[in-house]
Amino acid sequence: MKIMKTCLTALISSLMIFSPMAYADKWSDQFPHIKATGDIPGDCSYEKMSKKNYKGKTLKINTHAIPVMGEPTALHAEQFEKLTGAKVEVTHTPAGDLYSKAMVPFQAGQAPYDVVFGFSNFINDWKRYLAPVPKKYMNSPEMKDVTKSHMGVSSWDGTMYQYPVDGDRHYLKYRKDVIDNPEMQKKYKADTGNELRVPRTWKEYAQMAKYFNDWDWDGDGEKEYGSAEVMKKDDLMFAAFFSRSVAYAKNPRTPGGFFFDLETMKPNINNPGFVEALTDWVEATKYVPPGGTNFGLGDEIGSFGGGQTLFSFSWDDAFIAAMQDDSPIKNKVGAAPLPGADKVWNRVSNSWENQYNQAPYIVWGWAVGVAKKSKVKDMAFDYLCFFSNGANHQADLAIGRFGVNPFKNSDFDPNIYINSMGWDPEIANSYTQTLLDMEKSNNRVFPLRVPGVFEFTSAVATGTSKALAGQLSPQEALDEVAKEWEAIVSRVGKKAVQDAYAVGVKMEDNKL
Amino acid sequence: MNFKHKYFFLFPGLFVLIGILIFPIIFVVRLSLSGWNSYNPGLDYIGLENYIRLFTDDPRFWESFFRLSFLSVTTVILQYVIGFALAHMVWKDIKFKRFFRVLFLVPMMTTPVIMTVIWRTFFHESLGPVNDLLSVFGVAPKWLTDPVIAKFTVIIVEVWQWTPFMFLLLLAGLLSLPKEPFLAAAIDGASPVRKFIYVTFPLMAPISIGAIIIRLIEASKIMDTVYVLTSGGPGTSTETSSFYIFIKGLREFQMGYAASMSFTYLIIMIISLTIIAKVLTKVLLKE
Repeated sequence: MKIMKTCLTALISSLMIFSPMAYADKWSDQFPHIKATGDIPGDCSYEKMSKKNYKGKTLKINTHAIPVMGEPTALHAEQFEKLTGAKVEVTHTPAGDLYSKAMVPFQAGQAPYDVVFGFSNFINDWKRYLAPVPKKYMNSPEMKDVTKSHMGVSSWDGTMYQYPVDGDRHYLKYRKDVIDNPEMQKKYKADTGNELRVPRTWKEYAQMAKYFNDWDWDGDGEKEYGSAEVMKKDDLMFAAFFSRSVAYAKNPRTPGGFFFDLETMKPNINNPGFVEALTDWVEATKYVPPGGTNFGLGDEIGSFGGGQTLFSFSWDDAFIAAMQDDSPIKNKVGAAPLPGADKVWNRVSNSWENQYNQAPYIVWGWAVGVAKKSKVKDMAFDYLCFFSNGANHQADLAIGRFGVNPFKNSDFDPNIYINSMGWDPEIANSYTQTLLDMEKSNNRVFPLRVPGVFEFTSAVATGTSKALAGQLSPQEALDEVAKEWEAIVSRVGKKAVQDAYAVGVKMEDNKL
Repeated sequence: MNFKHKYFFLFPGLFVLIGILIFPIIFVVRLSLSGWNSYNPGLDYIGLENYIRLFTDDPRFWESFFRLSFLSVTTVILQYVIGFALAHMVWKDIKFKRFFRVLFLVPMMTTPVIMTVIWRTFFHESLGPVNDLLSVFGVAPKWLTDPVIAKFTVIIVEVWQWTPFMFLLLLAGLLSLPKEPFLAAAIDGASPVRKFIYVTFPLMAPISIGAIIIRLIEASKIMDTVYVLTSGGPGTSTETSSFYIFIKGLREFQMGYAASMSFTYLIIMIISLTIIAKVLTKVLLKE
């Protein structure tokens, strides 16, 4: 009898302990996307969503083109349909048109889409047309797991308008098998007199990239190059330029604005810090692959992820692509903070400070909101909550082309990448540590989020691309951008831009 | 029956005309007098502010216009010459005439954006097949990253895509020509070159003018090729008027300003195409 009792207790206990796993098995059988983890209990888990009934209702979503963000949107829409009985219509739109595709009907007082994907820096223009994220989602354990930076990026003055589905920042990616290779280090030292190491400054980055440009350094029979960067003139290259600028122009001792002087709203964009960064960037055209000055984000991901270059810096995607199972350079890459500089511009004293400076760039990333005029807001928020539930999020993180990157505190556990993605522990540690250090930094730069943000970033893209093409010198190009920025501020209204910019400055100055 | 009833029959056409032509133009004019943008939606009235900005403080618009003029005139001339040559070739009794006639039309039947993506892949300087082939001869042109060569890359794609349209119009023209002048020329012993210069070309002049004007109108809207191939770069070296208006209107959302550019552009195009048509008529028809 005692034995039977013990067995029964053990059976009940094990059923209780392993019940979530039983669900996991059940759901991962039906939805192979989450086979690595199974369903993970939470407010919007597969189990919870299966209890919802949205039969007869239609959810309309405008998202990015496949694959980046477009593919996970469609995949989770299909899963959501199966679980809830809802009908989900997904429209795919090129990145450059996401803003206007939502903005035109917003301004006309219509809501053809219930859920609109865009970039986090649209928030100022979009917020008046979006429904704030309801409290029940804000209080969920999953939302509590979102990092402080990304809560800030998704919110405006304390109100969250964009549901966090992605976390973005720019960091350095490098070929670990080259930089850490003792033979290469010896050769580099012999040829240049310098140490081969993870570059601490953009000048070191340039030296190494030039050295490793245009020869077959990995012995695969094809030439490799120094660096892959987003240089194509469109609305993404401005972010690459800011990544190169933060080291020279974000001075922790001069709070009060990186892009503008908050008090006067005079643009800083043509100060010597930014000019130095653009001069470096023009120099970089000499160590990118052929056609590299026409590389968009997709090209950059393909180039570094395919093993064509020594370095790259931008969003996570190129790194994740390089670490996928089908990559020729899996476990041969490393992540590190963006290079810094041996000097930083002090815009108050109008002089260079000759000391090392490094600043993380918490760049804008994918963001998504629910239209205020949507008639199915509950379903829309449930969809977004389901999109980013634990199981989906971990599965999405492992697929580079999905464009879903860490934004939860729990994402910085290296074991996720070691156990479910097969990463080398050293690489997983350096990756998570790099991201974590950016979260902890006190010298961060956040994206510009002011009214008419596209006018400002478009002016930067035009100016910097003229410098890269040799049409203007870096100083002339940035003077032109500064003039255009002044004109935009004047058109939009100084106060409107200043008030909006103050919110971003508070985050940069660690006051929010 | 009241004679005035006949006007009722005009109403359906009139409604369509007002709906798809008159109203949009009036709306664009009204929009151009407003400051509609992303942070200030609505038809407020700011007078001629947008036009003043355009004429006094936006050299980029005028640069893109002159660039467009160069691209459209060059592409249309090339399309005309190549299209005429091809049409002339299949007008004659040659083997596989039907096959060639269909073959020459294929580029026009493809989707421009998709074909431009394929061309961009061809011209990709590190991964594309064009430079791979040219490397045999030790050359690797910077098809998309050199400000001068990039213009010619746009021209190549445009000519490839739209020469069939010119070919089609000119072939239709050639097939409709009367046979008598050619018989007379043959009796007089005219050489093929003289026959072309003194018979075929003059007879084709009215059709040529029509074809050139139609293509000039279309070419002046070059947008998708530039958008996909170069995004207007490197720098602004391939930026055309329509692409620039697109950036200002639908990227930066300066709707009012983009409308003023569109309207100005429309007026300039109407004037310049009228002058071109008059000049062509005078030169080719010797009127």
